[in-house]
Amino acid sequence: MAEHNEHAGHEHGAPTGFIRKYIFSLDHKVIGLQYYFLALASVFIGMLLSLLMRIHLIWPTAHIPLMGEIKPEMYLTLLTMHGTFMVFFVLTTAPQSGFGNYFLPIQIGAPDMAFPVLNMLSFWTTFVAFLVMIAAFFVEGGAPLHGWTGYAPLSAIPSAGPGETLGADLWIISIAIFCIASLMGALNFITTILDLRCKGMSLMRMPLTCWAWFITAILGLLAFGVLLSAGILLLADRNLGTSFFVPGGLVVNGTQIQHKGGSPLLWQHLFWFFGHPEVYIAILPGMGVASQLLSTFSRKPIFGYKAMVYAIVGIGVLGFFVWGHHMFMSGMSPYSAFAFSLMTMAIGVPSAIKTFNWLGTIWRGRVQFDSPMLFAVGFVSLFVSGGLSGPFLAQPLLDIYLHDTFFVVAHFHLIMGVAAIFGIFAATYYWFPKMFGRMMNEPMAQAHFWLTLIGTYAIFMPMHYEGMAARPRRYSQLTEVAWLQHLMPVEKFVTYAAFITIAAQFIFVFNLFWSMFKGQRATDNPWHSTTLEWTTATPPVHDNFGCKTPVVYHGPYEYSVPGAPNDYVMQTDPTPHGGHVPKEDKPLEAE
Amino acid sequence: MADAVVHHPSEAGAFEPPFLGAYSKKIGMWLFLLSDSLTFGALLFAYSYGRIATTNWPTPFGQHSIINASVMTACLLSSSVTMVLAVLAAGRHDRPWARNWLIATMIFGTAFIVLHAWEWNGLRAEGMTLSIFPAIPHAEATEMGKQASAVPQFAGTFFALTGMHMLHVTIGVIYLGVLAFGRKWLPVMALAAIGTFFIPAWSTFHWLTYPIIGAIVVIGIILWLKPKQYDAPDIEVGGLYWHFVDLVWMFIFPLVYLMSTRIT
Ligand code: HEM
Ligand SMILES: [Cu+2]
Repeated sequence: MAEHNEHAGHEHGAPTGFIRKYIFSLDHKVIGLQYYFLALASVFIGMLLSLLMRIHLIWPTAHIPLMGEIKPEMYLTLLTMHGTFMVFFVLTTAPQSGFGNYFLPIQIGAPDMAFPVLNMLSFWTTFVAFLVMIAAFFVEGGAPLHGWTGYAPLSAIPSAGPGETLGADLWIISIAIFCIASLMGALNFITTILDLRCKGMSLMRMPLTCWAWFITAILGLLAFGVLLSAGILLLADRNLGTSFFVPGGLVVNGTQIQHKGGSPLLWQHLFWFFGHPEVYIAILPGMGVASQLLSTFSRKPIFGYKAMVYAIVGIGVLGFFVWGHHMFMSGMSPYSAFAFSLMTMAIGVPSAIKTFNWLGTIWRGRVQFDSPMLFAVGFVSLFVSGGLSGPFLAQPLLDIYLHDTFFVVAHFHLIMGVAAIFGIFAATYYWFPKMFGRMMNEPMAQAHFWLTLIGTYAIFMPMHYEGMAARPRRYSQLTEVAWLQHLMPVEKFVTYAAFITIAAQFIFVFNLFWSMFKGQRATDNPWHSTTLEWTTATPPVHDNFGCKTPVVYHGPYEYSVPGAPNDYVMQTDPTPHGGHVPKEDKPLEAE
Repeated sequence: MADAVVHHPSEAGAFEPPFLGAYSKKIGMWLFLLSDSLTFGALLFAYSYGRIATTNWPTPFGQHSIINASVMTACLLSSSVTMVLAVLAAGRHDRPWARNWLIATMIFGTAFIVLHAWEWNGLRAEGMTLSIFPAIPHAEATEMGKQASAVPQFAGTFFALTGMHMLHVTIGVIYLGVLAFGRKWLPVMALAAIGTFFIPAWSTFHWLTYPIIGAIVVIGIILWLKPKQYDAPDIEVGGLYWHFVDLVWMFIFPLVYLMSTRIT
């Protein structure tokens, strides 16, 4: 037991020096913010790259300041780095490592993560991975062009193209470092949940956000280890003369490659064994946030809490058995394809359960459309729109046509890309008052929401149509291709929509920094939520609860409890019907 | 802000009972081992994939290799025993003996590394090598080396698997050293790094310098941020790691060595 408490992070008081407080901080809240701002920087890099791609697609000869004309291989570089920054440094970083770090310990009543030092190391390791990835732009040959999936043999042969020399090495090294950082983070999250829940916080009383972070961490723990191995083998193929992924007799740019006897399919197996769980790593935290917000802003308990938990667990488990649906085109046996297809459709079931429970939660609620709620609803909308195309892609016969077309691009951008980003926005608007002690500006938030929602649909919906018209993925300069001419108006429309959507993001950033200093002061519980983070000071003190450990008496979503004097019962409220209301929140009760 | 309050310890028992009664570090180590077993699992998968996909997989290892690998296996098995003894001694609060058994474990571990690196040097000299490895002076390819290099996958998987494992053992010895000696271990490691650095660059031993230097940096940071005396639970957790590394070898030994023996 003594050991157990020792990890609680009490024995060291709040650090005082700037470096220990803000740079090499052991405080999970500071680390969470560090991750958040790293993701913010990355999302802007990723966005800039996508802007350049969209420009190139409709004006291939346009002259870009500082870059000149974008050459086809440059297009592939943009695409690779766009995907990499977005998937790894944004979607894996912000929802899980950022918000998870900040709010997981508080929501379960812990003073810090189980291993504060490891936590700090995992952030700084991620940061090193980020720097190495950035460096790939600036080395000779530039950044790689093998896509975020790094398919061999393109990724395994330095002579395969510009960017496949040093740039590709840096890319792989960065990913490997990122894997190590994610592993450290994942085991910290899991241990914290297993060992540091305050009294009364049984697993089935945890907010769904915590369940989502928990399962995401387990997925990360199991998936990143495999990607790490794959990365090491790929590095070995490139630099040590092995040939795990390179087939014999391959001729690249007119020269025969020395490697013998490897298999590119091995890479695909290893990559997608990681890759499919990774897409859930990106989306599960968003699901948790959406659940929390839909319940809070509908002033209703979440519909089917247990079903929600089982659905998250189910998605987590099934997620490890469907990787083959990315490889229907690889010549796999129809029997395996059938099995993967069946499993893939099975994973639609827990996803649908979640969706219906979200709808059930809003149904007949007293819905308040504050900006966090808008983004949570937007999340559900995008998840459904993107999810509907999943079962189509899961049919091997259909997929053989749709694979590597823009249909897939539309599918994963809606369901993974933008949906997860909406989760991040929702979480930001919701928790900002707790993190910075001020409210974000609501009119700006509303404008940001509508522009972004309409903008993303305008960008990604037409892509389904383009995909069905056989517009291939990962190609530059389709302006000259005769049989795609009729799609050019669509391409133009998408690019214009992208301009507007990207512009709208500056409203968000402005609001974020402006509100940090000039926003209206926030009370301790502005949304009248029930979970533990709303019982702390604003922002929370170094050990979160000021050397007390809270005691929990209620489930996380007790809204509108019949017979209770208020429409919400805090988790820490000792009375059965929640008679006890923190004083400072009384005046707001009028609404 | 009320940061100053934090100095008070929290009341004991303010938490839900921990998972399976285990303290955090133990759970953390179990989780690490789980993910590490997937890392090794992926390497073994790659090995099996290559092996099955290749019709003429070579089986070049002769008596000499197998004897050497058996001695290495014996070292690791013995080290597991001494590790158990170290954990038991630590449980009895018998610090001196806990340290002695840790030292014994480290000696077995070091013997393993030395034998292994020696073996690598030998194999490379015989011609079973990767194109990037520096040539060994005065080496001449033997029959064994020619056979082994007929299929490049063979050397590739061999060096990837055993190299990854050797790295784990090296980290293990360093880790146990920290448990046994705390801060005083850093200068010893620095000496070791300097020592290995001056071994000629073609030798596998020379390469040990890099993981040691990496370890010095990481351990330095950890000890700076959280100086502490390591106690019985820490040694138990270290033991988990050590046994796991032994266990992995029990997969590598049959798969990579025994199944690649020349049958005459
Ligand atoms: C109803 C559930 C889902 C089904 C049935 C489904 C099915 C599929 C299939 C069959 C593909 C392969 C298409 C191809 O490459 O030809 C695919 C691709 C993809 N899916 Fe899903 N999916 C589902 C949910 C999700 C979710 C929840 C996410 C992310 C959070 C996601 C992210 C992706 C990504 C990123 C790709 C493309 C990867 C790439 O090739 O670059 N999917 N999906
Ligand atoms: Cu998938």
